[in-house]
Amino acid sequence: MKENRILEVNHLDLSFRLGSEVNHVIRDVSFHLNQGETLAIVGESGSGKSVTTKAILGMIDENGFLGKGEILFRSSQKGKDDEIVDLTKKDKKYMQKNVRGSRIAIIFQDPMTSLDPTMTIGKQIMESMLEHKKVASKKEAMAKTIQLLDLVGIEQPEKRVKQYPHQLSGGMRQRVVIAIALACEPDVLIADEPTTALDVTIQSQILELIKDLQKKTGVSIIFITHDLGVVANVADRVAVMYAGKIVEEGLAAEIYYDPRHPYTWGLLSSIPSLDGQDEEIYSIPGTPPNLINPPKGDAFAYRSEYALEIDFEEQPPMFQISDTHFAASWLLHPSAPKVDMPVVLAKRIAAFNERRSQE
Amino acid sequence: MSANVLLEVKHLSQFFRIDRHTTIRAVDDVSFHINEGETFSVVGESGSGKSTLGRTLIRIYDAHSGSVNFMGKEIGGKLNSDSRKFLRKNMQMIFQDPMASLNPRKKVLDAVAFGLDINHLSGDKDERLRKVVKVLKSVGLSEDHLTRYPHQFSGGQRQRIGVARALIMEPRFIICDEIISALDVSIQAQVINLMRRLQKEHGLTYMFIAHDLSMVRYLSDRVAVMHLGHIVEMGTVEDIYEHPLHPYTKSLLSAIPHPDPDAEKDRKRFVYLKGGVDYNIGTIRQLSDTHSILATDEEFSRWQQNDYSLFLK
Repeated sequence: MKENRILEVNHLDLSFRLGSEVNHVIRDVSFHLNQGETLAIVGESGSGKSVTTKAILGMIDENGFLGKGEILFRSSQKGKDDEIVDLTKKDKKYMQKNVRGSRIAIIFQDPMTSLDPTMTIGKQIMESMLEHKKVASKKEAMAKTIQLLDLVGIEQPEKRVKQYPHQLSGGMRQRVVIAIALACEPDVLIADEPTTALDVTIQSQILELIKDLQKKTGVSIIFITHDLGVVANVADRVAVMYAGKIVEEGLAAEIYYDPRHPYTWGLLSSIPSLDGQDEEIYSIPGTPPNLINPPKGDAFAYRSEYALEIDFEEQPPMFQISDTHFAASWLLHPSAPKVDMPVVLAKRIAAFNERRSQE
Repeated sequence: MSANVLLEVKHLSQFFRIDRHTTIRAVDDVSFHINEGETFSVVGESGSGKSTLGRTLIRIYDAHSGSVNFMGKEIGGKLNSDSRKFLRKNMQMIFQDPMASLNPRKKVLDAVAFGLDINHLSGDKDERLRKVVKVLKSVGLSEDHLTRYPHQFSGGQRQRIGVARALIMEPRFIICDEIISALDVSIQAQVINLMRRLQKEHGLTYMFIAHDLSMVRYLSDRVAVMHLGHIVEMGTVEDIYEHPLHPYTKSLLSAIPHPDPDAEKDRKRFVYLKGGVDYNIGTIRQLSDTHSILATDEEFSRWQQNDYSLFLK
């Protein structure tokens, strides 16, 4: 594992048993997370983006099983050399004691269901600190809790610690959830659609908060979302997932201004453009495939007007476009025919590029 | 009322009494009109009263006060059975969560024909079937789907069933309450394209209730911005998106994330300072024929001079 990486997922395979059938939800997924960066994983529901992060945390349900693949995590301890552990080899007990909550923390979409309605928020924040023995006493835990609430922008934290979740607004609750995630000073924060349930104005505040916290604490973030506007706001790098595979990966600018995979084209084009009210929005036809019998070749071929014959036969490999930019599409093969992205998207990108060249 | 106005709402209020001491003013003295064939959108955050407004118009709730004139008939007050029938036939609503609005034990055929059945419009068995098949085809579903149950469909297909159910009454006016917010991005585009196609084919008038401001910009003719039960600003899409005057509209627009990383890096966002404006003492002022705003004299002159120091951060 390279020096600057904190997490590396290599060729991960994950399936769920459903009666006599097997649902192959993650198929040969590889990506990495650099220290202090934000990686966004984008995809539709069912693409496997949330399950990937659950695999990292060892939170796979009973009927799930890992195939091949490894999840390497750089575990740093004060005064010792960094140790690299393969999280797929570790049992539940190890994960709970040494990783989940303390080294890798997660924020879920709905703040109401991730908070306990019968516990004060102060108690909920203190819980993981005490469990992981990050503090010596309850008194110290309380002091730290108040600091944390202040850090996530909650006013009068001394009063708020005694309140229950139902006494707070949606945005406030999500701030509390973030405070809980940060309680043990994790190295990696996984944010699974943290703003989807919130209003736009609250969303922008929470995004600002997460970016601000990253600056202050240096935490590395995996940000899962389907909202491409949000991704543009937070991400350093972007991985696009479709049907259990990463189909394109690159720096945010590469994905938005030079996308290469037809699925990425489809996603970017289906956002309505700001002018051109009379045109239809580009929409990807059909629905994502069933992964009980995943398609043989490129899973997106069945919905893509750009599909080549080989797409139905063989899985495309990851083609390299730059040092940081990769895409799995046969269209990038040297002998593939040359195709153009949808006109709407080409127009929009041309406008972006013009603006960028002026600056 | 001019000839092409389909719906005119005057001083509509909807209060909910919680207990002796508290009454929630969900919709508070709201006036607007919707022209025939246009798409009118109501935007605002959760709790702004936009859904309550839609539900009051279609008489899921009885209005506290005010008048609603729909196609020349007064439908704000008590309804007799004729005007109720008239309303149910001509005004329909599509809801946010298609799974929650479909009965899981009813087949698509019966779910879609339900409106016809309870209004005694379905005719004989063949005619009923014919009508359902026709409307299913127009929303992009097929005859094969007739005998299936809601759980056998994807989210996008379920929402199409919701659209079919509204459409089968051949209404003039459809209220769409957050119809795409539960759907994936690629499916959202499919449903929006469907709604626009149907609007052209049937000359429908829509009221969209939404919080996705970029979609609203794409599909609306006119927009009303609601906050705390009041319409604070209203105008054409251009008025609202290019020349917003109310600080709340400005803060809402500044919060939309754009799919453009470079622009996102140096975007300035405004936070609306709650309590800066008391909507109850403001009055509606016209900026142009189409553009209006709720403000007091002082606020109005400050905003026109681009002085937002008291209202935005």
